[in-house]
Parts: sequence; C-alpha cells; structure tokens
Amino acid sequence: MPNLMVNGVRIDDTFAEAFGMRATALVITADSARWARQAAETMTGFGTSVIGCGCETAIDRELARTQTPDGRPGIRVLLFAVSTAELQKQLQTRVAQCVLTSPGSACYAGLDGPEQLKLGDALRFFGDGWQISKRLAGRRFWRVPVMDGEFVCEGRTGLTKAAVGGGNLLIMGASQAATLSAAEAAVTAIRAVDDVIMPFPGGIVRSGSKVGSKYPKAPASTNDAYCPTLKAAVNTALDPDIASVLEIVIDGLTSGAVAQAMRAGIRAVIRLGPRKGAVRIGAGNYGGKLGPHHYHLKDLLP
Amino acid sequence: MKPLVLTLRHEPPERLDLSPLVPHRLAGQTAAEIAAIELQTTRHKIAVGDVFRLRMGDAGQIRIEGGSDRLDRVGREMSGGAIVVEGDVGIEAGRLMAGGQLSIAGNAGPMAASGMKGGRIDISGDAGDRLGGPLAGETAGMRGGIVVVRGNAGERAADRLRRGTIMVEGRAGPHAGSRMIAGTLIVRRRCGAMPGYLMNRGTIVLGAGADELSPTFIDGGIHDLVALRLIAAFVGDHSRKAAAILRRPLRRYAGDMAALGKGELFVAEQP
Repeated sequence: MPNLMVNGVRIDDTFAEAFGMRATALVITADSARWARQAAETMTGFGTSVIGCGCETAIDRELARTQTPDGRPGIRVLLFAVSTAELQKQLQTRVAQCVLTSPGSACYAGLDGPEQLKLGDALRFFGDGWQISKRLAGRRFWRVPVMDGEFVCEGRTGLTKAAVGGGNLLIMGASQAATLSAAEAAVTAIRAVDDVIMPFPGGIVRSGSKVGSKYPKAPASTNDAYCPTLKAAVNTALDPDIASVLEIVIDGLTSGAVAQAMRAGIRAVIRLGPRKGAVRIGAGNYGGKLGPHHYHLKDLLP
Repeated sequence: MKPLVLTLRHEPPERLDLSPLVPHRLAGQTAAEIAAIELQTTRHKIAVGDVFRLRMGDAGQIRIEGGSDRLDRVGREMSGGAIVVEGDVGIEAGRLMAGGQLSIAGNAGPMAASGMKGGRIDISGDAGDRLGGPLAGETAGMRGGIVVVRGNAGERAADRLRRGTIMVEGRAGPHAGSRMIAGTLIVRRRCGAMPGYLMNRGTIVLGAGADELSPTFIDGGIHDLVALRLIAAFVGDHSRKAAAILRRPLRRYAGDMAALGKGELFVAEQP
C-alpha cells in the first residue's frame, strides 16, 4: 500500500474515515493548577470510547488565570457523544460526580453556540433550595453551597453538531520502543492544536479494533490485520519490518481541527524519522462507506 | 457620523418630560419635526425648539449640552444607541431603559434607572433617592442592566431590585437595598442605616460598612468565595473601584431574617 516516502518514513496512500458527533466543552477552574487538573482528569477518566464509556472525553488544554472567568488556573475539557441526549447525560453525571466533588472547583461553559446543554441548571438542585443564581453579562451562574464554601457552575454550555470523531493515525515501527517514541512525538505535537482531544490513555491506543467478531455477542474485536504476531496467520496489512503498531484517535470540534491535528502528528513522526521512530504511517477506514469525513494522508503531508 | 446635539438655551420655565428624545423615537425625523416635539408637563405648551438649539446628526448618538434638574425622564424606554447629558437631570432618568448607554455628567434626581431592563447608565455625580426602585404600585424595581454612580446615592438605592447590578462609588443613604428580590448592589463608601432592610434574596457589598446594621442579619464569618471573584471580573469592566472591594476579605451576613432570609450582605473588613 505505501507509495510515498518522506524522510525515510513510508506513507500509506489511504485515508482516515471519521464520523459526525455531538460535542461540548467545559472550563474547570480551581485554586491551583494542580486541583484544576485533578478535577479534569477525574471527570475525563473512563472516557476513551463511545462504545464502552458513553462518551469520549479528555483535556483539550491548560488555561492561564487570564483566560478563565474567575481568574484562577483552569483546564478546558471536551466531551463527544453520538447523540445530544447521551452527551447531556454524560456531562451531567461526570460534572456532578467528579467536578462538584473536587475541592475548590468551579465549572464554566467552554463553548458558545445557539444550541446548549444544561450544566448548572441541572446541578443546582444539589443546593436543596440554598443555591443562588447570578446573571452577569448575559450569562447565568449558579452558586451551590458545599462543605468547603460554594461550587460555582455556569447554567449552560454550548453544543456543537459539527464535531468529528474518529480521526486517526496508525504508527508502525520496527520495535515497540521506537513505535512508542514516534507515537509520543505525535501526541505532543497534536496537544498543541486547539479544539481536539486524543481520548485514549496518554493519547495512544494499542488495541485497534475491527467491526465484528467470530463470537456473536462481541460487536468489535482485535484488528488482526495490524497485529504483528499474526502476520503469518492472517491477511496481514503489515510489512516484514514492522514489529509494533500504535494508533492515535483524534476527536475535534470541527473537521478542520481534526485535519490540523493529523497534519501536526504526521509532521512530528516524519521529523523523528525511521531510525528512532516509525517506518510507516497509515490510517484506519471502513472503505469510505460509513463515515462522511475522509482525511487522506497524502493531503496532510508537511 | 456626528451626534445629534441639543443645546439648552436657558433654564426651563417648568419641569420637562424628555422621554420622546431617545434614539429609536428620533430616528428618521427631520430637524423641523424634532423641534416641534412637545415636552411640557403643564398646560403651557413647550416644544424642543423652544428650549433647545438643535444641531442635526446621528439620532443614535444624542448629546444634550447643558443640564438642569428640571429635565425629567431622560432616556426613558431607550432601547439602543447613546445619550450623553453634559449636566444634571431630573427624575426618572433611564426609567424602563432596555438597552444602550445613558451617560450623565452631573447629578440625577430621584428614581433614576427605575424599572430598567437592560443597557447601562453612568452617573458622574450623585443619584437621588430610590435609585433603580419601583414606582408606587409596581412590584419590582430594576430588572436588568448596569448602573454606575460615581458620586453618592440617596435613600433606598436598589429598592426592590430584581436583577442587574448597581455600583455606587460614593456613599449610599439609609435602607440601601431595601426589599431586594435579587441582583447585586455594591456601595464603596459608608452606607446609611439598615442596608438590606427586608431583602429576600440578592447580594449587597459594602466597602466601608453601615451606620447601623439590622439585628436580623446574621454573621456568617469571613469568606473568600469564587463567586465574588467572578462578580469582580464583571464589575471591573465598569468600576475598578467597586471591583477592588470584592477582592478584599469580606464578612458575610445572611438576611434579612425578618423576611425570606436568603439574601447576603458582605462587609469589607477594615485594614
């Protein structure tokens, strides 16, 4: 399949196939950057895939004091789901259990838009009648009394239906260590791109899946064509020099953000080169029949 | 485009109702039509041209040169644009205002911002009694918007405040924030007796305490609340002096326990 070579790294002539999703964003603040991150990491835990977690969620970026509504350190978090109802449910549950509970935290809208999801408007009832509403500059904030003072939470946050989930890169290397180095370089580069998340652990997934299984109850199973230990047993997609494959899955608030993130990731892997990093870059798709968003690798090369 | 300028020829012989002189009502009118607008409050007819020298310009930007405490209802029901008064105004300035900006370089009479719903009023001098309050028979006072008074405010500032923010950089008279329903009142200097009298909900912040605090307000201790930082960030765009109070240690009193008791009165700790 590879027919392009840049800096010694083979590039597959293929594309990543991605899907339309619903998404929202939050800004979580706390008295320190450490506690803002703690709340954000707790909230985004177990949010790697809509298949098993209900939503895909992760940290977008850190925010300086000057970038948050209350002048404290903050973290911007993105959430993606397949339906508005599921997104609302996940948002409400995760903020209630993981942000409301975190010392000193506050939570604000991280996205504007004509369509909105309930945030504090749903959580305010925890105040048992003692909650206080403040409307400032057209935005409603709820103050809910809690044991360390007050939990401040904006009433609503924006919803976008133009989000894209499932942008991806397959990074293939001659060893596990080299492949991981290349994937880490890509993740670092993609983290600098706004409005995207990589929801898997550390931004990397090692268990790419295919649709279906020999077992009827399993909706998905291991992507055997990309498993290096099965090269001799299945119709493999791997070359003889490839011993490890890692995938980076990218969700973005816009299609443009996903493309920009993939471009940054590819550039980082190519810059690292085949000796220290990957020998080949590919992407996952379903033949172009399922997802409306196609990101051709040859269009994203540096 | 230059503003539409109304220059006061002389002190008006009687109180005048300036409520027709707002941007949305003057839009598209000729100089002759504007000059013929009647402003009298008695049977003696007085038109704009009798008391003002008119210089045509953008009706969305009105400048009134020269002030008088007989110029009542300036900016009434204003919905957009800007009015600048280079002097004093009478009663009910900005009453029922829904948008735009009203700037008063001098003092404002009683009931300024009464029933205001949106926009911003900036009073460089003092404001009279019942700033933002309701007229007799009305159940709520100001319902939204922002009022900044650079000087002092009279009695019962923010009476029955329903929503919106009032900032007084000077002193406020007795019963500031009386019967408040919600919203925010900030008084930078000392406040008269009984602030928050019979308030149900809402927030009052006093930078220099009050002459007398009602015993029906209960001391809840000193707090550093995130909400106050949030309000400070918002208030800072309009009054840096008012915002500075919110960043100081504040003692919170809950009240008025003689009413619903879900209001709050913050008093800055004196250094």
